[in-house]
Amino acid sequence: MRCGTRLCFRKPNSIQRTLAFLIAAYALYLPANLLPITVTRSIFGTQEDTILSGVAYLWNSGSWAIALVVFVASVVVPLFKLFSLTLLVISVQRRWHWEPLRRMKLYRFIETIGRWSMLDVYVVTILVALVQVQSLAAISPGSGVLAFAAVVVLSMLATMAFEPRLIWDSLDNPLPKEFAP
Amino acid sequence: MEHDRALLMTDVGGLTICPECDLLVQEPASAEASSFTLLCPRCSALLRRRNRNSLENSLALVFAALVLLLAGNAFPIVGLDIQGQRIETTVVGAAASLWQEGLRPVAVLVLLTTTFLPLLELGTLLWMVLPLRLGRRPPGFVRLFCVLRLAHPWAMVEVFILGVLVALVKLAHLADVLPGAAAWCFGGLMLLLATLSIVVEPRDLWQRWEEARP
Repeated sequence: MRCGTRLCFRKPNSIQRTLAFLIAAYALYLPANLLPITVTRSIFGTQEDTILSGVAYLWNSGSWAIALVVFVASVVVPLFKLFSLTLLVISVQRRWHWEPLRRMKLYRFIETIGRWSMLDVYVVTILVALVQVQSLAAISPGSGVLAFAAVVVLSMLATMAFEPRLIWDSLDNPLPKEFAP
Repeated sequence: MEHDRALLMTDVGGLTICPECDLLVQEPASAEASSFTLLCPRCSALLRRRNRNSLENSLALVFAALVLLLAGNAFPIVGLDIQGQRIETTVVGAAASLWQEGLRPVAVLVLLTTTFLPLLELGTLLWMVLPLRLGRRPPGFVRLFCVLRLAHPWAMVEVFILGVLVALVKLAHLADVLPGAAAWCFGGLMLLLATLSIVVEPRDLWQRWEEARP
């Protein structure tokens, strides 16, 4: 009304758009984890690192706290987000009555944690910018970064496209008669 | 003007619609107190919060955050010391090296989320809050509100800081790492932005806008 955004009270085509972004994110998830995110060229040879091998490297070198942070941010959070959003979309489409408050909290939770997956993208950015000593070692980004950044952005878009009010709809308007048991 | 009156009338009724679950909520009579928080009884979404001096506080925070953001981009964020040879990089420099490596979308994404969008958010807030504090209506208020809402989730200064820390740990085995001045600036900026998001209350801004001279 006043702020010009209320003309459409709800996000239009929420379920379709959420699903579209979700499917795109799922499709890119495998390449994001299988393709190397950094390629290190040094006098000892060339080494390609994926997200998981980067975590393993941190773990083995003793910084297990940092390894845990990176693992949570770039493996647990994206997966958790994709699965919970899928669950939410299904629950809304099937008009479940189950625990609306808990589903609402789940939605808010994935909205807050989603941004932390960008962590690895920033790490790679800084590694690439700093380690350019030609004689010793040079790190260049792998194509995995592109896929991973795309997964993060797409899953954030999917979360934004989802309309949490749909969770409450099945409570306000019970099923139409022909579908009632 | 027509809509303004309509909205004022719904305000008189003391009813609010929860923005997350569409429940109609009766605002309590104590809503005119100077400082309070109102939550949706069904889904516990934040409906309304009012702090004393919210405009003054947000102005101070915006100015401080702008200084830190500019300084954070002017100084190197991390440095490496390899056998006496010193390498440093700024945020823009780091994004530029990604660009040169052919990952242009990622370079743009990094620059957007760490520099441009926080700058846009702070600039927009300044543009909106400063005239309101002086009792005037800022031009383009309505559109800027949408800009603010769209930009907010994409400004990721706090994630960037963690990324810098992780990169430092990874490089610590390779060479001496030196956190640059910008790292501290971004750290401070993270805290200021977090405070700012608590202090700025959209409904207060709208109310001031209505009271202000057109």
